[in-house]
Amino acid sequence: MSRFRSFLALALLAALPVAAQVDRVQDLRYPPLAPFDIPQAQRIELDNGLVVLLLEDHELPMVEATVLVRAGSGYDPADKIGLAELAGRVLRTGGTETMNGDQLDDWLESRAAAIEVGVQDDAARVTMNSLKKDFPDALRLLADVLRRPAFDPGKLEVERNRAITNVARQNDELLGILFREFREIVYGPDSPYGWSQTYETLRAISREDALAWHRQMFHPDRTILGLVGDFSSAEATRWVREAFGDWARGPETKLAAPAWRERLTPGIYYAEKDDVPQSGIIMGHLGVRRDHPDYYALEVMNQVLGTSTSSRLFNNVRTKKGLAYAVGGQVGSAWDHPGTAMIFTSTKVETTGAALEALLEEARNLKAAPPTEAEIDVAKRGLLDSFIFRVDSPRRVLGQQLQTELHGYPRDWLSRYRAGIEAVNPAQVRDAAARHLRSDEFAILVVGPNQGQDKPLATFGKVTTVDITLPQPPAPPGPKSGR
Amino acid sequence: MSRHAVARAALALFALALPALSQDLKSFEERTTVHKLANGWTFILVERTNAPIFSFCTLADVGSSQEVPGITGLAHMFEHMAFKGGPKIGTRDWPAEEKALAAVEAAYAAWQTERFSPKPDPKKVEQLLAEFRARQQEASKYVDDDGILDNILEREGATGINATTNSDDTRYFYSLPSNKLELFAFLESERFLHPVFREFYQERDVVQEERRMGENSPFGRLLDQFQSAAFEAHPYKQPVVGYMSDLQSFTATDARKFFDTWYAPSNLTTVIVGDIRPRSVIPILEKYFGRIPARPGPQPLRTVEPPQDAEKIVVLEHSAQPIYLEGYHKPANNNPDQPVYDAIDDIFSRGRTSRLYRTLVRDKKLAIQAGSFSGYPGNKYPNLWAIFAMPSVGVTNEQVQEVIHSEIARLQNEDVTDEELAKFKTRAKADLLRAMRDNQQLADQLAEHQSRYGDWRELFRYLDRIDKVTKADIRRVAGETFVKNNRTVAMSNTKPTPAKESTR
Repeated sequence: MSRFRSFLALALLAALPVAAQVDRVQDLRYPPLAPFDIPQAQRIELDNGLVVLLLEDHELPMVEATVLVRAGSGYDPADKIGLAELAGRVLRTGGTETMNGDQLDDWLESRAAAIEVGVQDDAARVTMNSLKKDFPDALRLLADVLRRPAFDPGKLEVERNRAITNVARQNDELLGILFREFREIVYGPDSPYGWSQTYETLRAISREDALAWHRQMFHPDRTILGLVGDFSSAEATRWVREAFGDWARGPETKLAAPAWRERLTPGIYYAEKDDVPQSGIIMGHLGVRRDHPDYYALEVMNQVLGTSTSSRLFNNVRTKKGLAYAVGGQVGSAWDHPGTAMIFTSTKVETTGAALEALLEEARNLKAAPPTEAEIDVAKRGLLDSFIFRVDSPRRVLGQQLQTELHGYPRDWLSRYRAGIEAVNPAQVRDAAARHLRSDEFAILVVGPNQGQDKPLATFGKVTTVDITLPQPPAPPGPKSGR
Repeated sequence: MSRHAVARAALALFALALPALSQDLKSFEERTTVHKLANGWTFILVERTNAPIFSFCTLADVGSSQEVPGITGLAHMFEHMAFKGGPKIGTRDWPAEEKALAAVEAAYAAWQTERFSPKPDPKKVEQLLAEFRARQQEASKYVDDDGILDNILEREGATGINATTNSDDTRYFYSLPSNKLELFAFLESERFLHPVFREFYQERDVVQEERRMGENSPFGRLLDQFQSAAFEAHPYKQPVVGYMSDLQSFTATDARKFFDTWYAPSNLTTVIVGDIRPRSVIPILEKYFGRIPARPGPQPLRTVEPPQDAEKIVVLEHSAQPIYLEGYHKPANNNPDQPVYDAIDDIFSRGRTSRLYRTLVRDKKLAIQAGSFSGYPGNKYPNLWAIFAMPSVGVTNEQVQEVIHSEIARLQNEDVTDEELAKFKTRAKADLLRAMRDNQQLADQLAEHQSRYGDWRELFRYLDRIDKVTKADIRRVAGETFVKNNRTVAMSNTKPTPAKESTR
């Protein structure tokens, strides 16, 4: 297939006359892009409900696995915020029933292989990669990690120390504070999407909690396994059945979906941060869920507003006014809950007011001077012509398909994207902008020094102070004996 | 599984993985074409036909090490300006714009001359500033925003449009659908044929904000202190982004001079990886890039860092949690011992089996993270082997330092194990394999090796050098390098603050 396409492309190019060098971009003429089929994963569902997506890629002798388990931090209890992340890390570092954590580390690293766990709000993501020759063994270890973790108490303390230290460090980076506090303002103090781990909630988590978390969440019918790399699908399927086939289905439990608040309190919020020359500024409110009918119009609108270097925010706030290096904005979306609609920048303290005004102006301008046909045309062309880069490797395609599978989106979601963008018209973009970016409902958060601003924040409205002071940290852990 | 079995398994893998890898390298060589233009610009073309796309990296052999006092940050500033277009790109009326830009430059010079005269007349300074602003306004009228480089590229479906400057070099890169190779050739040749410094002083403000973003970060501030303490003569002591006073002073005229000196075609290397055919690409390269006249290449850097004569210690006080950093001078990366430093790096700090993870993080819980890096702030000239750690809450930098020093002593006094050495070699090979599956990453690596060592194959030959590293090498190099007088310590300590009542 790929051979054939290559020859075709060569023939096309060879047929072109050797034209003179052009003098203007407009004079360039491009040959048609060689046809390219999006690689499709093979989908299998085992009797126990485990969904397996397989995609062969024989370029290099390597294999990658990605496992998504519906065990995200969105299910954390309010008094144990951090449970999924802490338990997720110990799932891997704490070893299995047959191999302790250190042995697992040795086995993997001596083979240039890895198994790692990352916890998102919607899932625990367990990834594995190995050289081709180690794949069958590494896959068995991956199954052990998922099904028979030991949750070694010593490793739990290593990870707890890490998490608690990260809480102590959470006010060290300006933009870290900005995005964290903004999430809390938008989603509300009672929403897992706005929560941050604290010393108290981390200390409340026991090994029993981690075991219970695993018992409740880790079942084949809550899990999707994706494999990409140098294997034959038939053989890989056999190995998957051997490693996961006898994994028992979980009980029919319905976990409460994470909640969030629909309306924030508009106004100015301020958190003090010394020792920095800049103010961080962010403004916005709730965004949309990805299956919203306005999604494609918003993709186009976002390009015009602030996700590209040709965007209005980049051009006006950065290039023309020189107010910032980092500036951007979008009506964000997530698969299973509304993302955040936001505009942000960071600027020297002395231009805090000027930058805040410039951001607000761009938000208001979407209504006053809605995206023109020319702007929309440019945005659409960019999204359509760069689409190939969303599907240019089997790894990337599989990554997308795992997400759509996890959230029950149509299986051809990725291939619908082009048609979705093509169909967007200027009226839809204008309407979507007006509906989903409402500057009069903004929460505006500024984080930075409280001296030296060009304008008092009170100029822009009633200021609510956000206290980011941390309580005294717990005493450092002593070294564990007997190792 | 016993440790012994682990070692044997690792060695077996090592032997087995080799034929597969060398096969890949052979096929790689067949897919690679080097083409040097008459003006000295080197192009490397790598065919990788998985998808109808390509990525490129142009490496200019000039970084912040080529800057002298007064123009620090200019290599990076030029990189920003290289997105502003040229006489055929991004202008509404080039002849008029050219005159307007000359007027901006003259107005800026007049303003500066008055400002820095022995007895500046405040009224005149104000007048000249207003004149400068007016000239800027005038010049802006000719800028065609839709026509500047990254706007054209975004419209045409490019991704990853960016560039980066470090102490050693400057790199420009992006990816395009493979039917737009001529767009790449047009834009990239125009970029270095006649750059135009439009909106220079607005962009200088942007770069100042970029510098401030670095200052927001406690680790960024510590790194600045670290390198300025460790180097006394070599420009590696300078921050890549430049000193604030220089960022507020250098001019478009300075940038033009910098370009003329350092962007001779013979100082540039471009690697293109993707769905391309040399037979059809080379004529396009000749047509566009061949227009750039040859000119003499730059002179090599003269200053050599003298041997360090005393331990150096810098302490920064900050509201942030502690950070520990120390470094030792070592030779440039073309030194035969470089693979030995990489071995030390791997054994010392890579992954959960590394010595520092196991002692500092796992057993003593004194830190949550420790890492080392070989080749700071660059690798072209003699540089630093550096190590950093993030202490656990309540732990001091001194406690962390003590463990790091005892681990260093162990490296000097005892051989590393067979398992550790084999693991290093296995991972180095796998790293190279993984770098080969991404067009952009591959272009970047090949460009660096071609420019630095004169042959892209050095990327692969390095594996042979890695294979030859012995336990004795590691002890010898650790003994020579990790001595007190060769050390610079930089610590960020938490500034004591009056206790505040918390509400959460």
